[in-house]
Amino acid sequence: MIEFLVLLSDMAVSTAVDVAPIIAVLVVFQVAVLRRRLPNLGRIVRGFAYVLVGLTLFIIGLEEALFPIGETMAKQLTAVGADPSGEVRWDDYFLVYAFAAAVGFATTVAEPALISVSLKAEEVSGGAVDAWGLRLAVAVGVALGVSLGCFRIVTGTPLPWYIMAAYVIVILQTFRSSRTIVPLAYDSGGVTTSTVTVPVVAALGLGLAASVPGRSPLIDGFGLIAFASVFPIMSVLGYAMAASWLAKRRPSKSTQPPED
Amino acid sequence: MLKSLTKGVMGACRDLAPIILVIAFFQILVLQRPFPNLGSVLLGLFCVIVGLTLFIRGLESGLFPLGEEIAQEFAQKGSLPALIAFAFCLGFGTTAAEPALIAIAAEAAQVAAEAGAIADTQSDKADYAFNLRMVVAVSVGTAITLGVVRILKGWPIHWLIIGGYVLVTMMTPLAPDEIIGVAYDSGGVTTSTITVPLVTALGIGLSRAIRGRNPMVDGFGLIAFASLTPLIFVLGYGMLFG
Repeated sequence: MIEFLVLLSDMAVSTAVDVAPIIAVLVVFQVAVLRRRLPNLGRIVRGFAYVLVGLTLFIIGLEEALFPIGETMAKQLTAVGADPSGEVRWDDYFLVYAFAAAVGFATTVAEPALISVSLKAEEVSGGAVDAWGLRLAVAVGVALGVSLGCFRIVTGTPLPWYIMAAYVIVILQTFRSSRTIVPLAYDSGGVTTSTVTVPVVAALGLGLAASVPGRSPLIDGFGLIAFASVFPIMSVLGYAMAASWLAKRRPSKSTQPPED
Repeated sequence: MLKSLTKGVMGACRDLAPIILVIAFFQILVLQRPFPNLGSVLLGLFCVIVGLTLFIRGLESGLFPLGEEIAQEFAQKGSLPALIAFAFCLGFGTTAAEPALIAIAAEAAQVAAEAGAIADTQSDKADYAFNLRMVVAVSVGTAITLGVVRILKGWPIHWLIIGGYVLVTMMTPLAPDEIIGVAYDSGGVTTSTITVPLVTALGIGLSRAIRGRNPMVDGFGLIAFASLTPLIFVLGYGMLFG
């Protein structure tokens, strides 16, 4: 218990140091540059306290729960797949690919950052972009990406090949897509990989690379997040192509006058 | 107060439920064995749920309204150098504090130490993780600045992004192997729960306030820059110090 409290206070101090820059930026620009008084000072201070305590608990929880879960599950699933002769065959690991896709999909649908952006996109586009459809498109992209990323770790093929190929597809899709969806699609790549997805998926990759014979965690273990942030761009552009094909049969509402 | 807190906890539980379902499904039906260290994992999950609830509440009640207001004031009347300085500082500040990045940097340091790329001491690992975080934070600051300039000028986003892809393609063969995975991952890691809503609010606010800009075409895209530049900067960091 005492050990836990020491950990808690250590974490609280380091979290305070980590959050300080944001507070400093917002306060300095508000007070010194824009020369406005801080509105609702009490509420802001309380919000800061919540962020501090919340982040501390969250990081402790990550280390106690989410990282070990990702790593342990990856180890157990690879142990099921591993050939007793020590030979690595990619098709022994179907369970890992299935687990990767399921975890990628589940974490992405639940991602708060993605929810906020998709609601914003629905509002800004005047309903032309459907928030739920966008979230599903992104989640499918992440599921495919993470699953393929696990295949890459098992086979030990170089990460850049996959990402370069993905870039080429994204570029081709960009020129075939409507101009209004491209920035949102590019954004969705970065939005997907958030506080919940990153620790689980990163731990899955490191655990998998550690247990597949002949793989180095340093060279092969990273990269799943890269897959998870490129594939949603493809799936959102693909979804947009389908959606715009459907929208052609309805009156378009996508251009809204800017608000004041 | 208590009611809204309960609602927040419910929200956090709902956000984590699909993950717990997937893990329970694989553990019970596929692997058919009990989960090791179930007690400490449950305690950890409890910490995550409470932590996430408080964290999001804190952001919503204090930081987001403040951030959005500042973005709108800048968009409407701020001077250009001040806006650019703000964009950089916002990108840098939010990324340096990003919990996902803190977690991944520590993991990267641990792996680098085990592989012998750096000495396996507490201080060396802390240094490595800290440097990695700072490189990524500077790159996100640069990205938000570039993205804001793009909104002001109305440049089409895809040429900038494709240019970035080409740069990544050229740098990859020149960078040391150990850094490539970390670099490619760093792009996705930067932009999460703190950064995304603040930065999206900035982009949409700016494009709405500037005449002739469409928030759909010009307002989005800041996150895209923020997930590409860390890749370039971390590859560069690897080439210089690897």
